[in-house]
Amino acid sequence: MLNVHGDFPEYAVPGAKQHRFEPYADNGGSIVAIAGEDYAVIGADTRLSTGFSIYTREQKKLFQLSARTVLGATGCWCDTLTLTRLLRARLQMYEQEHNKPMGTPAVAQMLSTMLYYKRFFPYYVSNVLAGLDADGRGCVYSYDPIGHCERSTYRAGGSAGAQLQPLLDNQIGLKNMQNVTEAPLPREKALALIKDVFISAAERDIYTGDSIYILIITADGIQEEKFDLRKD
Amino acid sequence: MAFMGDMMNPAPFWQNGPAPGAFYNFPGNSASFGPGSHTVQEFKAHSASPITTTTTVIGVKFDKGCVIAADMLGSYGSLARFRDCPRVTKVNDLILLGNGGDYADYQYLKSIIDQKIIDEQCIGDGLQLKPRSLHCWLTRVLYNKRSKMDPLWSNYIVAGIQDGEPFLGTVDKLGTAYEDAAIATGLGAYMATPLLRDAADKGPLDQESAKALVRKCMEVLFYRDARSFWRYQLGVVTAAGVTIDEPTDLKHDWSLAHMIEMV
Repeated sequence: MLNVHGDFPEYAVPGAKQHRFEPYADNGGSIVAIAGEDYAVIGADTRLSTGFSIYTREQKKLFQLSARTVLGATGCWCDTLTLTRLLRARLQMYEQEHNKPMGTPAVAQMLSTMLYYKRFFPYYVSNVLAGLDADGRGCVYSYDPIGHCERSTYRAGGSAGAQLQPLLDNQIGLKNMQNVTEAPLPREKALALIKDVFISAAERDIYTGDSIYILIITADGIQEEKFDLRKD
Repeated sequence: MAFMGDMMNPAPFWQNGPAPGAFYNFPGNSASFGPGSHTVQEFKAHSASPITTTTTVIGVKFDKGCVIAADMLGSYGSLARFRDCPRVTKVNDLILLGNGGDYADYQYLKSIIDQKIIDEQCIGDGLQLKPRSLHCWLTRVLYNKRSKMDPLWSNYIVAGIQDGEPFLGTVDKLGTAYEDAAIATGLGAYMATPLLRDAADKGPLDQESAKALVRKCMEVLFYRDARSFWRYQLGVVTAAGVTIDEPTDLKHDWSLAHMIEMV
């Protein structure tokens, strides 16, 4: 049976579609964090999107948890909001109970526990935690949505994470390079690398762009920097 | 061989258990909400799909406040059923609220918000709910409902004056929330936001230009969105308070419609 134009068989018409409720959304966004000898830098883009439309071009995705810990979180934005709010509440309770802020490795462990608590209805969030550990060294922790936690020196996460990580592996991890000697990464180089890496991400990933915020965590405090990316 | 049952879709080993050769889905996992899985959650999902719906709501900030507009149609599927559905409302002197989505869900939450305001006035300390607080509260309500797999099918735009500064934020049915200078929900995200952002990026708007801009967006949306309507409400919030205009009728002209040829 053909329709009015006679060129479109009826079986090609999609049937009535039942609209099911989907509790998760992919709101995109990327994070990159690098740990140095006495600093950690973490950057995240500011584009919040869904499908082919951009919700806003100026959404900060870095959450300052204490004077030496910053969390970058992207993915399902409603879960991000809930997770970070809960995290902040628990950090405040810890601080008032113990009269000191929680250290970065402890925050890292707590985040892992909080994610796993929701194992069977997970927070659909890609987390990268950066900060200084008890010895004042930079540290980066990365997670999967259900709480697997790993400490590393550099990590890319979020929608362009898979594209950025190999670049970091090469530039910081010195992977697939010959005749190179490992040397501590200067802060300026880490900063320049984050910018370069995000420029590349904005070229290839439609969910990354607009601008990035970079937080530089040192023993003296946290510095913020903004850097523009392409907005298309 | 009838006793062998369906070879391609074998029966589960036990009640709600895995079938031979199939993966077991833990209860509460999203995979167990598919058709053919009989879980308790299915009976709880009252509003898993919207019934009487409203379309786009748009909001934009200007130098001293915000404008919100939305048309007054309540659609029943493709039927333009209810023609007098107000969904731009004053919450208090600081907050203007706009909504789109399931109209019943909106009426439900509106009654709760109204009661909150009454309770607050009864305290009589002169304090008023501020827009950021309402925005945050809506985030929590909608997120909790989505986590129960029983969402309130709504988009909200909260406009207001937060400590003297204009505030414009939105929340959707999942609890996804953000603030921006220009917001449009639903189909308006594709057709109105480009217009709103373009104007907002050119420099700060004043009240009159913001209203004119929003009226232009409503016109564009009326011509292109099949679920839109010619009667709409427009509300403004400034430090002076909240005003919602009487419903306005769009002047539309379809005389050029015959020029459009679908190939």
